[in-house]
Amino acid sequence: MKQLRRNFLKLSGGAGAMAVAAAAGLLKAGSAWAAPWNKSAFESKAVADVQKSLGAATLIESKEITITAPDIAENGATVPVAVTSKIPNTQSISIIAENNPFPLAASFDIMPGGDSYVSTRIKMGKTSDVRAIVKADGKFYTAAKEVKVTVGGCG
Amino acid sequence: MADPMKIRATLQGDTADVRILMRHPMETGTRKTSSGVVPLHFIQSVVVQHNGKTVLDAQWSQAISQNPFLGVRVKGAKVGDKISVTWTDNKGDKRTDEVAVSAGS
Repeated sequence: MKQLRRNFLKLSGGAGAMAVAAAAGLLKAGSAWAAPWNKSAFESKAVADVQKSLGAATLIESKEITITAPDIAENGATVPVAVTSKIPNTQSISIIAENNPFPLAASFDIMPGGDSYVSTRIKMGKTSDVRAIVKADGKFYTAAKEVKVTVGGCG
Repeated sequence: MADPMKIRATLQGDTADVRILMRHPMETGTRKTSSGVVPLHFIQSVVVQHNGKTVLDAQWSQAISQNPFLGVRVKGAKVGDKISVTWTDNKGDKRTDEVAVSAGS
């Protein structure tokens, strides 16, 4: 098993190794350096369940979190969202589109050396709050911004 | 093999502003075509490394847009430092690209 995994890493995406790895159920070999995908959080259909899966029992509303997103998004397929956290020791930033079928869009773990800023583009089915949950020093902080969507992007 | 990423890393003060554009269909698993539903196919994990040290470990869902954009900032960077980005999708496909930090304007 170990040998196989080494080959897999060495070839880093070679089609042959991929097939072998997949057959051996080693699809997660890539997680040698990446955190395992948080299945329960990403498959939650309610914001409360996402919050629970992230381990956030209580959320503290914070003005130290800035969400940069348009007030009105004409195309729900690409809504630019940037989150900046000024809370010291920010460990992770999660982006949630509350009315999406699966609300959790992305979760970013920030390591020492990384700045507590992420920017990306998400899909939004309809108008909803975009919520950021920031984990810092084991506590969870949150902020939200409403984005109006004129054409949904989850078709 | 997946298409290469476009990565730009420019130094601003002591922070590298990294902009990444990946090429990926990011299928939600709900889109229908004449031949049926397009299966779920999306990037699950993105790791950004600065000189071999992980600075950002992201987990994504299918709600990230097609051909995803990611912007991050790396503290304590210098011109010539290596920034590498690796993504892995739910089919096990992956892609790594590397770029050197360039001086900002």
